[in-house]
Amino acid sequence: MSPALQGLITILIGVGGCLGYFYFSNQLLDKVIFPARGPKAGQNINRANMVRPWLFLFPAIFALGLYLAYPVVETLRLSLTDRSQDGAFVGFANYQQMFSETKFWEAMRNNMLWLVVVPAASTAFGLLAAQLTDRIKWGAVAKSIIFMPMAISFVGASVIFRLIYVARPADQAQIGVLNAVWLQFEGGTGSFLVLKLLPAVMMLGFAGIVAYVAYILLKPFLGQGSSYSTFGTVLRLAGAAGAAYLVVTSLWQIVQLFSAQLPYGEPQQWLTIPFYNNFFLMVVLIWIQTGFAMVILSAALRGIPEETVEAAIVDGANPFEVFFQIKVPQIMGTIVVVWTTITLVVLKIFDIVFAMTNGQWETQVLANYMFDKLFRANDWGVGSASAIIIMLLVSPILIWNVYNARKEMR
Amino acid sequence: MDNIAGTKSSLTWAVHIATLALVLLWIFPTVGLFVSSFRTVDQINSSGWWASLSAAEQNEVLRAADPDENRVADGDMFVVSGNLFEDGSEKVISVWGTSSRAIDAYVAGETADMGEGESMTVAANGDYEWRGTDEQISGRGQRIFVTAEAPPEFTLANYEQVLLSGDRTDSMAKAFFNTLTVTIPATIIPIVVAAFAAYALAWMDFPGRALLIAMVVGLLVVPLQLALIPLLRLHLGIGIGKGYLGVWLAHTGFGLPLAIYLLRNYMVGLPRDIIENARVDGATEFQIFTKIILPLSFPALASFAIFQFLWTWNDLLVAKVFLIDATGETTVMTNQIVELLGTRGGNWEILATAAFVSIAVPLVVFFAMQKYLVRGMLAGSVK
Repeated sequence: MSPALQGLITILIGVGGCLGYFYFSNQLLDKVIFPARGPKAGQNINRANMVRPWLFLFPAIFALGLYLAYPVVETLRLSLTDRSQDGAFVGFANYQQMFSETKFWEAMRNNMLWLVVVPAASTAFGLLAAQLTDRIKWGAVAKSIIFMPMAISFVGASVIFRLIYVARPADQAQIGVLNAVWLQFEGGTGSFLVLKLLPAVMMLGFAGIVAYVAYILLKPFLGQGSSYSTFGTVLRLAGAAGAAYLVVTSLWQIVQLFSAQLPYGEPQQWLTIPFYNNFFLMVVLIWIQTGFAMVILSAALRGIPEETVEAAIVDGANPFEVFFQIKVPQIMGTIVVVWTTITLVVLKIFDIVFAMTNGQWETQVLANYMFDKLFRANDWGVGSASAIIIMLLVSPILIWNVYNARKEMR
Repeated sequence: MDNIAGTKSSLTWAVHIATLALVLLWIFPTVGLFVSSFRTVDQINSSGWWASLSAAEQNEVLRAADPDENRVADGDMFVVSGNLFEDGSEKVISVWGTSSRAIDAYVAGETADMGEGESMTVAANGDYEWRGTDEQISGRGQRIFVTAEAPPEFTLANYEQVLLSGDRTDSMAKAFFNTLTVTIPATIIPIVVAAFAAYALAWMDFPGRALLIAMVVGLLVVPLQLALIPLLRLHLGIGIGKGYLGVWLAHTGFGLPLAIYLLRNYMVGLPRDIIENARVDGATEFQIFTKIILPLSFPALASFAIFQFLWTWNDLLVAKVFLIDATGETTVMTNQIVELLGTRGGNWEILATAAFVSIAVPLVVFFAMQKYLVRGMLAGSVK
């Protein structure tokens, strides 16, 4: 049978089955089990109405339970067993094995790098794009174009960017944009300005922003000690420590940048340069996610009351002050939402790494590491253990979301 | 707002320029793929796609016509003449040579002295005249190395190769239909299931409702990586194995939390009066749902449908785990492209075309239904 026909039949059966289930189960309930007639009509109607929600919910609960809730438990169990020993319980042996692999720590380090860079860059670009396009005539068109990569698959985007990064021998014409641009630099003043000074200034700016965030996090402890919950204190201190680490790292990178001898005039295989190739992969996701950030933030910017902005202008604020001191604080909640949503995407990132480097040249990430263990090494124990690590990384966001949803419903 | 003080700020110009730069930066990569998919192999290999509208310089090895058949006597000498390029070519030769060690020995129009009276003249348009003695003008045609400027040329041949050739490695036609077969049921089934559940969660009163909603919000972020191993084991265990049914079920399960969340949030906002009036008028819950709620929820349904369509169409991981078996008969487009990256990593004409075929459908859906996508995103980002 041709797949198209098979597909059509399945659509009919699947969708028909679903609709049939809902229709006939309701009929059964109303006409046969609790008929709304006879001496107990009233009681029957009440009973039917007590059962009905569960009829409506049953398929969804069943699918959610089987496809999402059960796997969480089952994966946890599998991570504690060994497949080659017929699923015998082995305690934390899989985790120990995983923690002893350098590839795992490489994946962890890269995931953390992704976790910092991609949400930050996507949100920043998204905010910039939202602000820029908000008040110009052709803004809608511009938005459409920046938003467009959202529709492109990670695999398609990987092909697009591999075409950008492709390198050819020095004596042939370069067909990758990045190498074509790279070969324009010969090590003169222009190269110094663009390749050393400009990145250094950007890094300094980044370090400055991170330091400012750390300052905000630590502010409550510096002043007259207003009391905070222990949980909040720990979070703040951890955040500040992470920020301090980032500041030191980026300052060190600046030093390295100025002392580095750049290989001018040679086409580069960008995806094989350790450490930096991670950033070339991240660019793909940033390119895709910026549109998402822009759309959400643009709606938030429109929701800002005009009066606050007008009042600031009347008081003599310049456009930058208006943006950073009036608008951004008012949409901080939305920025956090965008940030966490992109964080969720980043934690699960698989396709881009799989299609572009498959984790070679030190670009491994957790999801690809897991896929590797699962289907190439056939080691379900360690594969499950790495899945649990991903789950652990996601769970703070999960708890936060559930907490907020419950608060909203009350 | 900048006009409040009555003067047009110079910042406006900066805004226009910055926006333009950002837009160009964002569309540049996709345009590169699009343009490359219409170029010939020679052109892709000889210049970057950004140069596709200007003439590209190519090196070619060509051969003069077979002397034994084409030579014409001219006194005691023999002459072979003709044009190096096929008919209708607009290539322009800049330099040429008769030896692979000096391919740029002569400029166009010059006559090369090949020793002992043998000579060769090549004009810019490819006309050549090869002159020599009986002995010299025999055997095989003289090799000529030319460096020619080829005018811009676009072709549909790549699309023919990728869509119609039926070539086992290159053909995307089967993968295209497979992807469709995965996508359509995997989009419709979760919508039906979620719509009923969302209605129950929004408008029916029963114990445990708040808990269920909280559960849905929690499951919204559970990474599907966790589900791979247990579900694959389950599918293999109950005999579904790897195939369409498995992938439909998997996509349904993974799509449900977002579907329920989006639809419930939308349905809660529908006016209570309509539903209560219908109840008073004696409508059953099933009738209220199908006749009132569903039509009113169309925007939310459309939003989720687009999300789920894009997600299933662009998915690689779920298809690789639950669908594609060892025979590769059920490969989807994303997987086919990843395999092409391995087998034809340097053949950009095939890669670019295959990739563009796979992203064309989502792009059409995107531009046609952008409004609903934006609306869904605004409702779906968990607050």
